[in-house]
Amino acid sequence: MTATQELHSHELPQKERMIQETAAERLERVGAAAYRIRHHALNMGEVQGQGYVGQALGAADMLATAYSDQLRFRADDPEWDARDRFLLSTGHYAIGHYAALAEAGTIPVAELETYGSDDSRLPMSGMSTYTPGMEISGGSLGHGLPIAVGMALGLRYQDSNARVYNFLSDGELDEGSTWEAAMGAHHHQLGNLTAMVDINALQADGKTDTVLRTEPVTEKWEAFGWYTQRVDGNDVGSLLAAFDNAAAQAAAVGRPSVILCDTKVGRGVPLLEEREKAHFMRIEEHEWQTCREQLTAGYEGKDAR
Amino acid sequence: MSTATATTGAAPKLKTSAMIASFADPGQKTASAPFGHALVKAAQENDKIVGLTADLGKYTDMHIFAQAYPERFFQMGMAEQLLFGAAAGLAETGLIPFASTYSVFAARRAYDFLCLDSAEPNLNVNIVGGLPGLTTGYGPSHQATEDMAIFRGMPNLTIVDPCDSIDIEQAVPQLAASDGPTYLRLLRGNVPTVLDEYDYTFELGKAKVLRGGNDVVFISSGLMTMRALQAAKALAAHNVDVAVVHTPTIKPFDAATVLAEINTDRLAVTLENHSVTGGLFETVASAVVTVGLGKRVVPVALPDEFLDAGALPTLHDRYGLTVEKIVAKVLAELK
Repeated sequence: MTATQELHSHELPQKERMIQETAAERLERVGAAAYRIRHHALNMGEVQGQGYVGQALGAADMLATAYSDQLRFRADDPEWDARDRFLLSTGHYAIGHYAALAEAGTIPVAELETYGSDDSRLPMSGMSTYTPGMEISGGSLGHGLPIAVGMALGLRYQDSNARVYNFLSDGELDEGSTWEAAMGAHHHQLGNLTAMVDINALQADGKTDTVLRTEPVTEKWEAFGWYTQRVDGNDVGSLLAAFDNAAAQAAAVGRPSVILCDTKVGRGVPLLEEREKAHFMRIEEHEWQTCREQLTAGYEGKDAR
Repeated sequence: MSTATATTGAAPKLKTSAMIASFADPGQKTASAPFGHALVKAAQENDKIVGLTADLGKYTDMHIFAQAYPERFFQMGMAEQLLFGAAAGLAETGLIPFASTYSVFAARRAYDFLCLDSAEPNLNVNIVGGLPGLTTGYGPSHQATEDMAIFRGMPNLTIVDPCDSIDIEQAVPQLAASDGPTYLRLLRGNVPTVLDEYDYTFELGKAKVLRGGNDVVFISSGLMTMRALQAAKALAAHNVDVAVVHTPTIKPFDAATVLAEINTDRLAVTLENHSVTGGLFETVASAVVTVGLGKRVVPVALPDEFLDAGALPTLHDRYGLTVEKIVAKVLAELK
């Protein structure tokens, strides 16, 4: 597939795209995107000497599903009116989002090495005012879903069928504003709104169930009237199926949908998967190359199976 | 308290009025719900304008807009974080939202959502805050005595403190037309009409000299401009000639106009319906100091404390916002 075809293919909803591929080919394509996103994140982390690499690795499959399969966008025109909106409310996941935007072609891959440097367009915490393709300034958690509600209302009022995706984390379920928005989205029947929640069960001060218990998460969203699915967020096949289900029931007026994604911090790099879980993962200078080698070995090993 | 003392006392105690109470003087010319009607008029000319509220449509005159344009009105429920997050989202899609609640909830409860979602990306989100300063007798839960102090620290935010129905009618289309977020200190219900008697038009960002005077210059905003004009008339009877400068835009502040009026031998007095901390007085004071004027400025403002509950006339008298208290303060200063 040429770059031009790829560009145009993202302008249509996934189900209407002219891409002729088997389910296996689709799985392979999205999995490969996730693999590249993980490599980008490791490279960015190494340049910084630190960063939220664990989260980026954990969320790479969600980001790949969104950017290489589900979202409608023009890589070279991030302000395109008809684009689907992807709102990153977890600002510290920007490292993963930049990697996904590079994979999508909105940011040059070569620019990723400026991550977190002075005068870079890629600050440590994601901001709309810095980065093409960043819809909102996240970081103060619990803002994404309220903004998404307004965007979905505004797009519907202006007869757009663009969809609004809000990427949030399980830690953000602590914020009351998230639930204000969950009620608002259901009340206004924002059927083009989809929340994707990264449940890595980890917050800044420790495991989620020791910081502020959020479970039962599925029942909470169901009780708020959302079309709720819970999947293995590191299984691309499950993610594709869940996003397809959400797309199938999306409508200007209808139930908002949430995809609850159980993920593993550091996924794809055994060294980090097994390390004591930390919100801000320390990786020694000599370990970066090991991380990359483990990531590649795991991916190629899976490929060979 | 015995029945005897209650009945032999002076006037009966005033009662706290319902929240919708007007601060208009008896018999004063008023306009009904000027904000709501102005928003409808602006919306007729600009189809990007939408309205939303957090369960206070009827109490912020937003219901007028909601009735005229039900498809352009969004009820967000008693959820102020959602209200202002969603307002930013609406603005991100190119619309021009006016979002109303009480000033206390906008300033104290939803600050983070206004600051990061609207002000940082400089979106055209228009905050409409009811019950600014001391315009309700319900006590600190409803009295936004420090709203301007809170909001003045927010970069990009324009702050407007209108005097009357004329100000509000003329401000609304200008707020819609201006880039970036704005905060309007709403006067609602039956709002006095005052400025039609002067050669005056509202211009966003501009202070205006409403009347000249040789002895004293009043710098005022909000409903205190009405009181300033009344006090100026009352002081004329004491042979004190008072100028009144109305500065409805608190930020960005028209320092040039105000400083030109202050930099004279006249007694300079600021008048505001807001705490003495962080409002008009300190805005003027910082402008004076910045240019190196060694000029005393006397504040008429609410004290830096949580205010009492009670009837509005009682409270305005207690905290020095009445015409009588202003006149007494000026005469004492001139002695």
